[in-house]
Amino acid sequence: MFQFILNGSPVSVEVEGDTPLLWVLRDNLGMTGTKFGCGVASCGACTVHVNGIATRTCVLPVEDVEGLSVTTMEGLANGETLHKVQQAWIKHQVPQCGYCQSGQVMAAAALLNSNSNPSDAEIDAHMTNVCRCGTYQRIRAAIHSAAQA
Amino acid sequence: MNQILEKFSISRRGFLVTGAAVGGGFLLGVGTGSGEGPIPAALAHDGETHGKILLNARIAIDTDGLVTILVPRTEMGQGVYTSLPMLAAEELDVDIENVRAEAAPVGDEYVNYGAIMAEVKVADIPSTGGLMRFMIKNVMGMQMTGGSSSVRDGWNSMRFAGAAARHMLRAAGAKALGVDFSETTTEPGFVVHKGSNRRLSYGELADAAANGSPPSNPEFRDSANFRYIGTSVPRLDAEAKSTGTAEFGIDVKLPGMAIATVRNTPVFGGWVKAYDGRTVQAMPGVEKILEVPGGVAVVADTYWHAKTAADALELEFETDGNHTVSSDTIFAQYARDLDNDNGKDLHEEGDVAEALASADDILEAEYRVPFLAHATMEPQNCTALVTGEACEIWIGTQVPDFVRNSAAKLTGLSADRVQVHVKFLGGGFGRRLEVDVAKQAVTVAMAMKGRPVKLIWSREEDMQHDMYRPAALSRFRAILDGRGRPKAVEHRVALPPTFGQFAARNMGWFAGKMGGFGDAIEIGEALNWRYKTPDLLVNWVPSETPVPLGNWRSVSNSYAGFFNEVFLDELAAKAGTDPIDYRIALLGNDPRHQAVLEKLRDVSDWSAELGPGRGRGVAIHQCFESIVGEVAEVTVTDGQLKIDRVIAVVDCGLAINPGIVEQQSESGIIYGLTAALFGEISVDGGRVEQNNFPDYEMIRMANVPKIETHILESGTFLGGMGEPSTPPAAPALINAIFDATGVRHRTLPLSNAEGLSV
Repeated sequence: MFQFILNGSPVSVEVEGDTPLLWVLRDNLGMTGTKFGCGVASCGACTVHVNGIATRTCVLPVEDVEGLSVTTMEGLANGETLHKVQQAWIKHQVPQCGYCQSGQVMAAAALLNSNSNPSDAEIDAHMTNVCRCGTYQRIRAAIHSAAQA
Repeated sequence: MNQILEKFSISRRGFLVTGAAVGGGFLLGVGTGSGEGPIPAALAHDGETHGKILLNARIAIDTDGLVTILVPRTEMGQGVYTSLPMLAAEELDVDIENVRAEAAPVGDEYVNYGAIMAEVKVADIPSTGGLMRFMIKNVMGMQMTGGSSSVRDGWNSMRFAGAAARHMLRAAGAKALGVDFSETTTEPGFVVHKGSNRRLSYGELADAAANGSPPSNPEFRDSANFRYIGTSVPRLDAEAKSTGTAEFGIDVKLPGMAIATVRNTPVFGGWVKAYDGRTVQAMPGVEKILEVPGGVAVVADTYWHAKTAADALELEFETDGNHTVSSDTIFAQYARDLDNDNGKDLHEEGDVAEALASADDILEAEYRVPFLAHATMEPQNCTALVTGEACEIWIGTQVPDFVRNSAAKLTGLSADRVQVHVKFLGGGFGRRLEVDVAKQAVTVAMAMKGRPVKLIWSREEDMQHDMYRPAALSRFRAILDGRGRPKAVEHRVALPPTFGQFAARNMGWFAGKMGGFGDAIEIGEALNWRYKTPDLLVNWVPSETPVPLGNWRSVSNSYAGFFNEVFLDELAAKAGTDPIDYRIALLGNDPRHQAVLEKLRDVSDWSAELGPGRGRGVAIHQCFESIVGEVAEVTVTDGQLKIDRVIAVVDCGLAINPGIVEQQSESGIIYGLTAALFGEISVDGGRVEQNNFPDYEMIRMANVPKIETHILESGTFLGGMGEPSTPPAAPALINAIFDATGVRHRTLPLSNAEGLSV
């Protein structure tokens, strides 16, 4: 049994401790906003916040988040009010296929939490998720836009 | 009737707009078919239609006026869940804010005519004749999303559906208001009596309209009054995809669902010799281990349990000799076949052999491109439920009809007992034109009868078991005339047939037999050498390999554009002429190409001085009826490449949604540059060497150039936009590096190039 805080509420799951948090979220808790891309922490599709830090969950054993606070895409908006990064994503028409965008949005939100006005070089260094549709230029513009919001 | 189908069926009344009644409308995909088929799940999640009234196969209206557009093409990023509803909304006369897009089911009325119609005129509503319809249904037969064809198809079918529904609403409104049809008009969402301004909402009229007769020649909106066409309507799926609520195939959740994964046979053409399921049967959550087409599946309660057990499973695979095949043996075979085989002549003018025989200053070049994987972000997956009498499938697919047909064949059910729910695709790029994973999922579901099973491939399986873009070897020989223009060009290319494989796998016996013919057409069109050359030979040497091949974004154009546009640049360099001037001078028969190049010269500041270590290159290519020219600007410092900027000029005839055209331009360029920099699937021991993104690398934020797109509308024919931006990207880059360094890289990807760091 492992317990952690998920989007502000305590949850407990009965799984093997080495189960990646990604699959606990998707299969055990039914929260599919967080995506499976590579399984080796390379592409970033599975990014969530663990205690506010952007974290790739496809290789993160659930036992490592015992007692920690996890925020997923489902918990990013404040009720009906979308997070400023989500609003910027819509304004800049970022998503195409959309599959990587949960991870991109979570990575961007974490960046802005730690750096309220990142430079292009800081965006390059922090935003290492893969987007196969090539939406990078709009992601960059949306981050700058959200930083001003 | 079976319970599953019953749940999703609707009374005959809902289908009054039948194929027979619509006549010509049916041919344009507006009718709804037999009247007994399943209705879209979107309209009846729980057996209720929630007040949605189907006016035809593509349009339903709620009593409160909400419009649901049933989109028969799949949304994989290219924007069809916005562009196609726009076309219908334009003619229906409704506010786009009141429109939502839902996936259409599988049906004859949804086949894609645009995919095989060479030219769709902006000005016309072409009719599709009986023979054409027969061919599409029985030979080409596809409700497919591919070939950059969705808007070209929708230009007719979606607008027709909107106009026909508006006509029926007007007729119902005229009757209710007690006025003549001709005295009515519409304002967004309302039928209005012109004289009195009395009005009734579409929601109020929908029920009566559905009982009316569909028109065969509805009135279309004058293009001068277009409200949405030609404007950047924001994507209807942007919010769902910015909040994690868009449901992809891999996100499907069903009560009692099991989850499976597969170990596929690693060597091409191999098969499972033996496996011992007992070793993993007792592992946590494992329910079943069984053989499926291509490998062995492990079924469990969660993906992690299935994956852990599959990794531990002891498997023995057998091969029939392919284990000696490698990238080296394949390229050696290509070279041998180019030396020894006459191949097929695809384009011929004058007498190249004679021209080259008497020449002493022949420019020769050899180019090579590797196999490529699609690497969609969402790994391949499919969810299936098989009961005794029916089969339901949830999948992100480009070919829901192929999925239905293959499921029917596997289960022995008739096709109308198979229902396919199309979900959002986490990337398609041609990978999801295949049904390999659907067949595996249905096979597992048959063994788990009555329980839904979601089958998910690991990224490693996805990378190693793609249907790849073929590797190819190209050889040019050419001579220039006294003015530096091409006198003779011989281009010979070795690669395997691709379309033939695809057709044989997916399109039935007849199409399979036609496959070689289809390849010659497709490859020939892609390799078309447009530059004025008195003596020309373009020749394809089919050279078979055991590597499974498929359609990779822009198909043969992906390498044809690279070969032609780099070699043309080499000729321009030899002639000492500016690459844009050189192209324009040789494209006298292609004024649209010339216009794109002129515009490109203008918007790229082509003549402006670049600093030391910098260079720019140009490339242009036509495919899927669109012409795209690109200029790449690079900096090479101590061998380190940086792509600074790509400027694109796009002529897609008419930009239905310029914002989405820009998105697709950016997307196609990044896709092409990714392949040029990093893309290589290599073969050793008869299997793919790459496993995951670390060894099949992608462009990421830090090496993304600034991309600018300029749209040039020639306005005559509609062109596709999903693919045409990809082919010019690699040659523009290679030509820019030459401009910066004087080195012409003739082999992709550049990550293998000596003396260059990417």
